[in-house]
Parts: sequence; structure tokens; C-alpha cells
Amino acid sequence: MYWQKEQECLPRPELARLQLERLRATLKRVATTVPFYRNIFHQRHLDPEKITSLDDLRAYPFTLKQDLRDNYPYGLFAVPLRDVVRVHSSSGTTGAATVVGYSRGDIVTWSDLVARVLCGAGVTADDVIQIAFGYGLFTGGFGLHYGAERLGASVIPISAGNTRRQIQIMQDFKTTALVCTPSYALKMADVMMDMGINPNGLSLRYGLFGAEPWSEGMRREINERLGICATDNYGLSEVMGPGVAGECVECQGLHINEDHFYVEVLDPDTLEPVPPGEVGELVLTTLTKEAFPVIRYRTRDLTRLIPEPCPCGRTLIRMSRVLGRSDDMLIIKGVNVFPTQIEAVLFAIEGTEPHYRLVVDRENNEDRLTVMVEVVESMFFDEMKKQRAMMETIKKRLASELGIGVEVKLVEERSLERFEGKGKRVIDNRQL
Amino acid sequence: MLVEQIAVFLENKSGRLAEITAVLADNDINIRALSVADTADFGILRLIVDKVELAKKVLKENGFTVGKTTVIAVEVPDRTGGLATVLAAIRDAGINVEYMYAFVNKTGENAVLIFRFEKMEEAIETLRREGFTILSKEQICAL
Repeated sequence: MYWQKEQECLPRPELARLQLERLRATLKRVATTVPFYRNIFHQRHLDPEKITSLDDLRAYPFTLKQDLRDNYPYGLFAVPLRDVVRVHSSSGTTGAATVVGYSRGDIVTWSDLVARVLCGAGVTADDVIQIAFGYGLFTGGFGLHYGAERLGASVIPISAGNTRRQIQIMQDFKTTALVCTPSYALKMADVMMDMGINPNGLSLRYGLFGAEPWSEGMRREINERLGICATDNYGLSEVMGPGVAGECVECQGLHINEDHFYVEVLDPDTLEPVPPGEVGELVLTTLTKEAFPVIRYRTRDLTRLIPEPCPCGRTLIRMSRVLGRSDDMLIIKGVNVFPTQIEAVLFAIEGTEPHYRLVVDRENNEDRLTVMVEVVESMFFDEMKKQRAMMETIKKRLASELGIGVEVKLVEERSLERFEGKGKRVIDNRQL
Repeated sequence: MLVEQIAVFLENKSGRLAEITAVLADNDINIRALSVADTADFGILRLIVDKVELAKKVLKENGFTVGKTTVIAVEVPDRTGGLATVLAAIRDAGINVEYMYAFVNKTGENAVLIFRFEKMEEAIETLRREGFTILSKEQICAL
């Protein structure tokens, strides 16, 4: 099943021609409308008119998450705000947030690309789709919603949380397709057991999961416990949101919507392309985005491309599920968490370089983040009341910064191992 | 009239108290009184010692988080109702007790009550007015 068969099955030489044409147009446009790109192109003497092959893109600079932060909120928009009909944002309340915008045309494209992903995963206009992603600034909820409506499915925009109610509605409304994070799907299976509901008695047939890393083991468990066909899909708000790539029912990798995104997989250290099929960092360039085009966005997600043709007939190249990160970002309950955010909050409270460690666990299919903080004199009190209040303050500020609840454990000074450099401050005990 | 107290942050793990007392003993520091406040997560050890600055220094050197606060030491005769009369006076003055602990001095005649009040100055005034004996730093060390 295809949503846009012609585009999804375009012969690769034609696809390459289309990509080149769109790439040139995108580069030309950002060079005139986005000062950030105009300046860099000018400094490096890059002329989009001279692009004659897709490989020429390699001379162009990367776009980093930090560039989005530096241009907060609207600095990288390529159209005036009056042409923007939607804004989404990533988490972060202390200036670490990033903002992306969509034109009316972008919303149409986005909806079509999500419809492709849904279609590929087996969903049709006859399905009842329950979207248990958060609706709001996060792109997951609205992205899937618009795509599902575009497809013509019946959408239940239930949003995230309240698992028992989710299951009740799933049962009563005869949901056939579920959209959420893979860990939440397993959590639902647990709660169904508590409620005495047999998943096989439900109408559920398809599950589209994303927004956090998972594994083949988790897929098997979800398929067995919920009796569904679980597929992976991938996206990130900086590039568009869901709809960048999605698995077909062959379940052998995610087809990247290459007619809208040009993909590179690079060695994160040398920034040179890895040999075909090898693991590297995914770098994406938007080819059709109007309001928020990005050039060579470093996703920091590690993956490998699967160049072999897929039995489903799509010619769009596949990527493996995300295998890891090339930075220290954590995904907890589907929310992106950077240790630096935690560091900033602790620094503000302590007034000195904090020593901390992050411990991530998954219990009953729910992620839990514990922040261990060494107690320094400035945050130590002889009165228990004040000491506990200090702990609560840390907890609240972290929760508000990160957008997820955290546990805080106060530990003695010098009790946490000291590491050179970053990245070792995280202990991830999750077994995917 | 205020006595200095040392507070030490403790994780709830075995051997920490033993370590602290060993550090103090090695440095010839005498503990006059102590109390531990604890929760499921952590504890706060409070100490009255004869050499406050030295104690703070050596504990910090040994990696402990150490704070210094002031408390009030009240001496009462060691007999029934000794503590009750002090607390009644404090209550009547509308002052809250943040925490307290007590010990009996060597002769066994008097008990020493260590208090941390919400309003320290007011508490001293009240205790004085009511005729209680407030011990100085030197007196505590001499006990």
C-alpha cells in the first residue's frame, strides 16, 4: 500500500534529478532569505547557482542544534511570520529551546509524508487511529494527527497519559492502530493485564512507534503481547517532525522520504561519508520545506543506510532503526534530555560547578531519571526542613527545565567518580 | 551566648558515623553532644565539640560536607519537668523549636539542652527573662 505511489516508487535516477533540482532551489532560497545561511555562504564563497551534482552539497556548512538555539526564536525562518501557520518547539525553558515553523504548504507536505508512513505501516482510511503522543509544542501529536486525517483514518486525539483511560477508549472505540512510544505500548500491555483485559479481544492491529530508541526484542514483545504489527518511524522537529522516515510492513528498515529530504551518513569525527551500509551520523537537508529549511542538519542520530531494494517496491532508501547518539543526549519518556540542561540548573542553585550523575532506569516499561547530586556547603543545612526543601527545589527546577519528572538523590561530596570530559555522567540501565 | 555546632551531611550508608568519629578522635577532638536526624534518603549529623574550627577543617579535609551553625545551650537541673519548664516558656513566647537534643553533664546534676530555634534572639531574651541558665561556648567546652 502506498500513499503517493509515483513518488514512493520513483526510479532512482529520476529521484536524483528531482533531488538536485530541489536542492538547488532550497540553497538559492536560504541564501537570499535566511541571514544565517547568507552570511556563511558568502564567507565560504558558495554559490548555489553552481550546484551541478548532489555531491556538491558536501562543500556546504552543517547546521547544528546550537545554530537553532542561537537564532531563537525566529532567526532561521525563511518566510515572513505572516506566512507561518504553525510553530512547534523543543523542550527547554532556560534558553535551550529551539523553534520551528511551518507554512500552509509545509503542513500539506508534512501531512502527506506522515500519511505515507501510516500507509506503509498498514494503516488505511478504514482504520481508527489512537494518537497517544503529546499534543502541543512537541511535533509528535499534531504531526501524526494531520497525517492520519489526510489519510482519511478516524482519529482519536487522546494525547499522552492516563493509561487506563487510553485502554478503556481503545476497547470502546475499537481502535485499530496505536501511535505512541514503544515503551508506552509495553506499559499499556502491563496495565491491560492489571485491568483484566485480553489484548486479543481488542480490535488493535497496527502500532506505529517512535520518538525513542527501541530494539528488535522490544518489537517482538510488543507484537506478541498486543497481537499487532509494530513498525518504527522516525522524525525530528528540527527537520520536520514525524514523517521523515517510516518502516513498511516488511519491518526491515525505515524508508526515508528522499524526495523531501536529502540524506547523508557521515563519520561523526571526520565528517566524511561512511562507506555504504556502515554506521554513521544521519545528516539531513530539507528539499521542499518553505518556512524552515535546514541545510545539512546534524541529527546526532547514528544509523546505517540499507541500499538494497525493498520487497515492498518503494525505491526510497531505508535506514536502520536509530542505533545510538553521537552526543550525550538522552531520550527519557520520549523527551530529549541533555546533561548540560541539568548542569545549568544545578549550577544556578549551587553557584559552583556541580558534580552529578544521571541514572536512567526502566521499571514496568516506564523510564525513570534519577539525578544524583553531591551536596556542597552552599546547599547544605543543619535543619532537616530546609534540607528537604532544597531537595524539592532542585527537583522542581529540573522538572520544569526538562519537562519530565525526575528523582533527586543527594549524595556526599566526592562520592561520585570523577571523569575526564563529558558523557560519562550517565548510567543508562535500560535494557531495550 | 550562642554555642557553635557542626553539622555534617550523611548518606545513609554503613560506616560513615564510625569514620567521622575516628577522624575526630585522631585529631584529639572531644565530642560533647551529638544528634542524628535522618530520613530514608540522607541524614544530618549535628555535633557539639571542644575544637570547632579544627573539627570543621579536618572533616572537610576528609571529604565531608560540613556546615557551622549556632545553637543555644540551656542548663537545667536533672529532675522531672526540667525540659518541660523550658519548653513551656518558649511556647508561651510563640517561638518554634527547629530541633533539639540533650545530654547530662558529668556530675549528673544538670542536663544540658541544645536548641535551634526559629527566632534565636527572641529565644535568648525569653530564656534569660525566665531565669534559665544559658551556657557559653567556654562553659560547654569545660563541662
